[in-house]
Amino acid sequence: MTTYALQKLAEEKVFKDPVHRYIHVRDQVIWDLVGTREFQRLRRIRQLGTTYLTFHGAEHSRFNHSLGVYEIIRRIVDDVFASRPEWDHSERLLCLCAALLHDLGHGPFSHSFEKVFDLDHEHFTQEIILGHTEVNRVLTKVAPDFPQKVADVIAKTYENKQVISLISSQIDADRMDYLQRDAYFTGVSYGHFDMERILRVLRPLDDQVVIKSSGMHAVEDYIMSRYQMYWQVYFHPVTRSSEVILTKILHRAKELSAQGYQFAYEPRHFKSMFTGNVTLKDYLNLDESVVTYYFQMWEDEKDPILRDLCDRFMQRRLFKYVEFDPSKEYKKLNQLEQLFKEAELDPDYYLVVDSSSDLPYDFYRPGEEEERVPIHLLMPGGEIKELSRQSEIVDAISGKRRTDHKLYYPKDCLLDDSSHKETKQKILGILGVTER
Amino acid sequence: MMKDHARLMQAFSAVDEIVGRKKLQKIIFIAKKHNYAFHEKYQFHFFGPYSEELTLRVEELCNMGFLKEFNEKKSGYYQYRYEITDEGRDFLASQTEAPSAELEPFLTDLNKQSSRFLELVSTILYFDTLEEAECIEKVKKVKEKQNYTEEEFQEALSYIAHLKNFS
Repeated sequence: MTTYALQKLAEEKVFKDPVHRYIHVRDQVIWDLVGTREFQRLRRIRQLGTTYLTFHGAEHSRFNHSLGVYEIIRRIVDDVFASRPEWDHSERLLCLCAALLHDLGHGPFSHSFEKVFDLDHEHFTQEIILGHTEVNRVLTKVAPDFPQKVADVIAKTYENKQVISLISSQIDADRMDYLQRDAYFTGVSYGHFDMERILRVLRPLDDQVVIKSSGMHAVEDYIMSRYQMYWQVYFHPVTRSSEVILTKILHRAKELSAQGYQFAYEPRHFKSMFTGNVTLKDYLNLDESVVTYYFQMWEDEKDPILRDLCDRFMQRRLFKYVEFDPSKEYKKLNQLEQLFKEAELDPDYYLVVDSSSDLPYDFYRPGEEEERVPIHLLMPGGEIKELSRQSEIVDAISGKRRTDHKLYYPKDCLLDDSSHKETKQKILGILGVTER
Repeated sequence: MMKDHARLMQAFSAVDEIVGRKKLQKIIFIAKKHNYAFHEKYQFHFFGPYSEELTLRVEELCNMGFLKEFNEKKSGYYQYRYEITDEGRDFLASQTEAPSAELEPFLTDLNKQSSRFLELVSTILYFDTLEEAECIEKVKKVKEKQNYTEEEFQEALSYIAHLKNFS
């Protein structure tokens, strides 16, 4: 480690924050990382993708969230763990940097982009941290092997599992920040829990971070908040509709490019996405402002599908949906696909099954093979117990998966009886749509 | 539509049954690494490469009644076994996209290995961008508790070479 690692700012800097009130920065390294172009880019990537089309307040960015995660970790390592002998204090700066940079590789509308172009934001996080970037230059000043350590923590391959648990586990700084932040910006009343209490009862122990049993009720509240946020916000059917359209726009643009279609407005920023040779430079040049600019341009394209889908996204003319039970109704899909073709609606773009599933808390009991590390409580006698063994509330929802499938379609097109009236009536009948 | 679900069903169909969730995770990861068309996203977890998406999709297939999950007690521990149901076979028959011919022998070979061994193979493959010596060093660090022997490492490396024969 160089002296740079220990260098403090002459005066503490603070960011005003609606969730944590203030975010405190004393370390020169952190201040320098915030100023890098790769970190500043996160201002132009929304935390919740297309959710702003459902909850208009959800315009907050990954920049806000990253600072929030940093602040939670700072409080844990500087306040809660400061006097704990089980904690390796030399890991402090590593924790702070990993917390700040954990989402660095997210691209615009990550979920859809990754699906269509087979990208992985975690891969890009690694590339940004280890490649020729401003972030790498700052981290290398701490120590030549420091960028690799930060990358390992974020990739969960770092040897000190306590450090990984703080950034990424079933109760980690990432989740604690995004639940509260997303609740605040969407305006919903879920997502609130007593984080102060949870932070006070966190304890480093062996290769994990545990919670003093006296804090169990605060953790119950956190788990219920997570459950409610998933179903009320993250899996909201209208947001899913906008994601469906966004994904289809990207598919269409990619398909047109493969066919040699001449775009009226050349998609220069998408070129390497279409060919599958995305460089770090290309990736970093793409943010949500750039993507929506293209969508706006493509509203005037001559390809009717691309034009229509972009118009739907930009003007929020989203697809409607019906509940869909794949186990009983998957045969209907073949019939619907056929009818959509007859009605001159390409089913590859206008008929979509979308599934959402969530597991509010998963546990591991000795003797069972599982991958998720559970939340452990530290009992008064020093014994460790798995949370759902102690909490009836958590036990009631543990390991219980909720799945929801919906079938999305353009109702406006089906109600337009200027063409293929009979076929469209049949489709509406199969979908069970009666009201006009 | 539901193509990713169908691909997983094709995997289950190729091997009749898979015993163990960990084994299932590692089999699909290794197949994906060999360019078979699985799209579940993997991250590194405590037992090696793990896909939350795969866990969710398998659960969905169970909920749909296409797969049956059995939780069986085996000398002091529980393990999960997966089998395709008749409804699952009907669903597969309705799919137009056929799996590649090499998928079945590839998965069958993997399915014969122990989950401990597949954990090692998949973890080596997870770090396959590193030089071999560096990769082994890394795996030893992240899998310290598993205490893999030098022989096991050699066996895993030979097995990875053997898997190339399938493609």
